[in-house]
Amino acid sequence: MIGLEHYLTVAGALFVIGIFGIFLNRKNVIVILMSIELMLLAVNINLVAFSSFLGDLTGQIFTLFVLTVAAAEAAIGLAILVCFFRTRGTIAVEDVSNMKG
Amino acid sequence: MIGADIAIILPEIALAIFAMAALIFGVYTSKDESAPFLTWLTAAVFAALAIWIGLTGSGINVAFGGMFVDDSFARFAKVVILLSAAAILLMSRDHMAKLGILKFEYPILIALSVVGMMMMVSAGDLMALYMGLELQSLSLYVVASLHRDDAKSTEAGLKYFVLGALSSGMLLYGSSLVYGFAGTTGFAGIIEAATAIDGHMPIGLLIGLVFLIAGLAFKVSAAPFHMWTPDVYEGSPTPVTAFFATAPKVAAMGLFARVVHDAFGGAVGDWQQILALLAVISMFLGSIAAIGQSDIKRLMAYSSIAHMGFALMGLAAGTALGVQAMLIYMSIYVTMNIGAFAFIVTMERDGEAVSDIRGLSMLSRRDPTKALALLVIFFSLAGVPPLVGFFGKFYVLNAAVDAGLGWLAVAGVIASVIGAFYYIRIVYFMYFGNAEDAAETQMGPVQWGLLMASAVILVVGIANLFGIEGAALAAAETLVLR
Repeated sequence: MIGLEHYLTVAGALFVIGIFGIFLNRKNVIVILMSIELMLLAVNINLVAFSSFLGDLTGQIFTLFVLTVAAAEAAIGLAILVCFFRTRGTIAVEDVSNMKG
Repeated sequence: MIGADIAIILPEIALAIFAMAALIFGVYTSKDESAPFLTWLTAAVFAALAIWIGLTGSGINVAFGGMFVDDSFARFAKVVILLSAAAILLMSRDHMAKLGILKFEYPILIALSVVGMMMMVSAGDLMALYMGLELQSLSLYVVASLHRDDAKSTEAGLKYFVLGALSSGMLLYGSSLVYGFAGTTGFAGIIEAATAIDGHMPIGLLIGLVFLIAGLAFKVSAAPFHMWTPDVYEGSPTPVTAFFATAPKVAAMGLFARVVHDAFGGAVGDWQQILALLAVISMFLGSIAAIGQSDIKRLMAYSSIAHMGFALMGLAAGTALGVQAMLIYMSIYVTMNIGAFAFIVTMERDGEAVSDIRGLSMLSRRDPTKALALLVIFFSLAGVPPLVGFFGKFYVLNAAVDAGLGWLAVAGVIASVIGAFYYIRIVYFMYFGNAEDAAETQMGPVQWGLLMASAVILVVGIANLFGIEGAALAAAETLVLR
């Protein structure tokens, strides 16, 4: 029988993979965007699992909001990335370092 | 029913409709030629809304089943947010036009982010909190990279986006845990669940709270979640930096206060230590790291980290006195930053904007009035008595001692002494620097007016702080003693 804990474990694992994807990734910024998406989807799994466990619809409504915002966020992230690529000609993570200190 | 709900949220709706109408107007008419007009108009709308909210609002009004709360705390924060956003829009026009980035989207994006901020300080539910926060953040990511041909500006936008999205993710993960363990997303329900087991929270709720606080600490740029701040401040166009330093900080602090008091008010002991730790680290990191900076925008970033530490100290007290101190501190902080940035925006050399602090060299000889005004502002930022900045710190320290956090108050005093060094270093450059490094500071009447107004407020305000004490206390009491 698959219970609430199983869903929470999967969501927790995905969330942690997302965070590590942002910090350990040394290659390019697209991977960071994917990691962010992974984090948000992990949260959605959490919300839907809780919603079904509690028999309360609020969590699923929350999920719809999160999905909508995630789409807007991806659009803005890609737009900024395109501008960055135009000025710099690269999207490698180690090149995002004009400013330091 | 729905009519009554809409009447409560009318200022936000009005501003959102204004933003969309302005967008259509901008697209259909002359594109960027309408930008100066739209900038003035948006500032006027902000000021009108601030007067409307400040004068007509009364009592505690709850709309949409508790999702949206309009109380005197929210109104206080909204007035500060709207007025500071209006001031920043007015000062940014000339500079943006000079850089060729006065696009008509700029005032509209600012207006949308202000709608988000107003939602944030009024949030009564995790969903409303999230939507408000994202509306604010998404608009700010775009304005950070508004100078899209500039490598630094786009880099600032990218960094802000990545770290902002990470913090939203943490906040959201916390929200999902809170929802799961409290069984509701409404703050009214969470506060009951938080004290359900003889005054203590279930462990799942506590973990959710920690994630929420981490996400919010990112938004207020409290150390150790501050990494984005210096880069974003340095890279963004200066007026945008000025905006980042004022309104969003007030909104994020307001939201922070709402979450810890409205949703977790019964469990002060559980979050007090976390906030106290954030406050100490921010104050010290902000004060020490700023010493080595040569770029004034970067320096202001570290300065804002240190100031957020002080504001968090007020919040860490966990009392009405603490929230009052936080509100007073934030109002004073915003006033000082508007004055300082009204000057920084105008710094240039050979037509290029500069932000090296040596550009301030010997300002006292070229323009003694401005130098004196800046002296007042920087001394006030450092908290030198008897200027108003000192009273902000005094209230916060008083609240911390009153709540039994004497060690935190002592740490605050030490940090502010360390911080005084770099503010005084700026003053040193203004009065004794090397004249060859000097930058030109041609000021328009608006910037001059804002700089002087800020300096005068910081001197005259020592009489009675313009009566904001009473308003802040009333605001704090509706939040804490509910």
